Amino acid sequence: MFFLLPTATSFWYSLTRWDLMTAEFIGLENFHQFFSEPFLVQGLINTLIYAAMTSGLKTIFGLLLAVLLTSNLIARGFLRTVVFFPVLVSTIGIGITFTVMMHPTRGIINVALEAIGIDGPGWLTDPALALFSVALVDLWKGVGLATLIFIAGLAAISPDYYEASRIDGATRMQQFRRITLPLVQPATITVITLSLIGGLRSFDLIWAMTRGGPGFSSDVVASVIYKQYQAGFYGLSTAGNVILFGLIAVIMVPLTFMFNRREIEQ
Amino acid sequence: MRRTRPIVVGGISLAVSAVVFILPFLFIALQAVKSRSEASRLNFLLPKEWLLWDNLVAVVEARNYQLLLAYFNSTVITVFSVTILVVFSAMVGYVMQRRKSRWNSVVQGAVLIGLMMPPAVVPTIGLLQSIGLFKTMTGMVLIQVAYNLSFSTLLYRSFIGTIPRDLDEAAMIDGAKPWQIFVRVVMPLLKPVTVTNIVVQSIAIFNDFTNPLYYLPGKENVTVQLTLYNFQSMYTSQYNLLFMNILLVTIPPLIVFIFFNRQIVAGMTAGGVKG
Repeated sequence: MFFLLPTATSFWYSLTRWDLMTAEFIGLENFHQFFSEPFLVQGLINTLIYAAMTSGLKTIFGLLLAVLLTSNLIARGFLRTVVFFPVLVSTIGIGITFTVMMHPTRGIINVALEAIGIDGPGWLTDPALALFSVALVDLWKGVGLATLIFIAGLAAISPDYYEASRIDGATRMQQFRRITLPLVQPATITVITLSLIGGLRSFDLIWAMTRGGPGFSSDVVASVIYKQYQAGFYGLSTAGNVILFGLIAVIMVPLTFMFNRREIEQ
Repeated sequence: MRRTRPIVVGGISLAVSAVVFILPFLFIALQAVKSRSEASRLNFLLPKEWLLWDNLVAVVEARNYQLLLAYFNSTVITVFSVTILVVFSAMVGYVMQRRKSRWNSVVQGAVLIGLMMPPAVVPTIGLLQSIGLFKTMTGMVLIQVAYNLSFSTLLYRSFIGTIPRDLDEAAMIDGAKPWQIFVRVVMPLLKPVTVTNIVVQSIAIFNDFTNPLYYLPGKENVTVQLTLYNFQSMYTSQYNLLFMNILLVTIPPLIVFIFFNRQIVAGMTAGGVKG
């Protein structure tokens, strides 16, 4: 009730100018306004970049870490714990910590880079970089969950396959490409789906680190929704919500169908 | 050569992950015990004097003991929402798994939408306001239940799928009513997944920032994450206190993680693979 009813009514309210009490029907005006403001459109593009980047990076690094952490290593259990722990920590706390560490002159990252002779960039102050820096922190925080899912997927692969291929003289690289990648696919699909949804919806990390700035360079749809809400433009804010809803539907529904079909085919 | 390889690779990955994953936490802890002027340099040097207790007291006392209130509020919200969540989602999961009807696909769809879609903020506030629950803890609890119900239900449903149906049937033959089957036969078997549910959802709700930001504004309703957010703008020159606060919000999940490591891992992977 608390979820479905507001979602349904949001479609109606997104068509109105609205101050919680009275709703005046203005048709598609809100959407028109949303798409005619360049910074709102940029928020939409940023959302796509951010989601694609975090999802792709988490998949790649998650798989690599999982392969590493299922192989024969010293301190394997400890490493798994260390990689996973950031998932459980408050996003706001992590956001603030990295904001401080990414400080352009005093931040520990740039001080370290300077020590080896590299002039560190303004991670969060450079409009061209801010979104990417936040995405990197998102990777740092979220890669543990992806790794965990991949480890579960890798554990389900029978060791017989590796044994058989070794007898046939396959190299490690071949084993990875021909056995691990195809057989871990259910886990890959899960990781991509989860991190894509998370990336499209993400708000708190971006808000804690840049508030969408500098300028509007790291604004995403979710932060636009909050800004418009704060400014009292409820109709515009709700239009943002509907756009985000549509965006996720447009991306996730075909993707889910595609993945389902591939799973059945196998 | 073959025998040294695990040690070499392990050593390298240990070193890299230590730098990447542990240093930030060390950084938090170090800044939290420094004096104001030392912390403002933002480096890794050890503090000249350890001010752990002084900083702790200063943070707790700030803004008229706001932090204590926040911990109280967050705990209340978490405890109540998780309790309601567990009860509801166990029942929904049971019915979805065991009783096949026309409604199944409808409920299934609703659960999936709930899992994927962002909630519409302003209409929800309108709804809460019209029934007088906006800015109240009750409203916040209901919101958390609604938003997290999908995940819990999926966890329960997939777990109940592993309980043999024969048990239900045996109880039915012995004359148990449907609710008796649920309470007496199925519920005791759900203990492991219930622990998982409680742990995972507690962390999620305790760490939630966005929803309290929207639905629970106001000084008397602050939650832990909101105080941290407020302190960020208040303590721009007092990094030691800011990081003490971060340290304080990091400790509860750390403790839970130490005790319930296995359940958390089980819940997150199971929920993920099914979802």
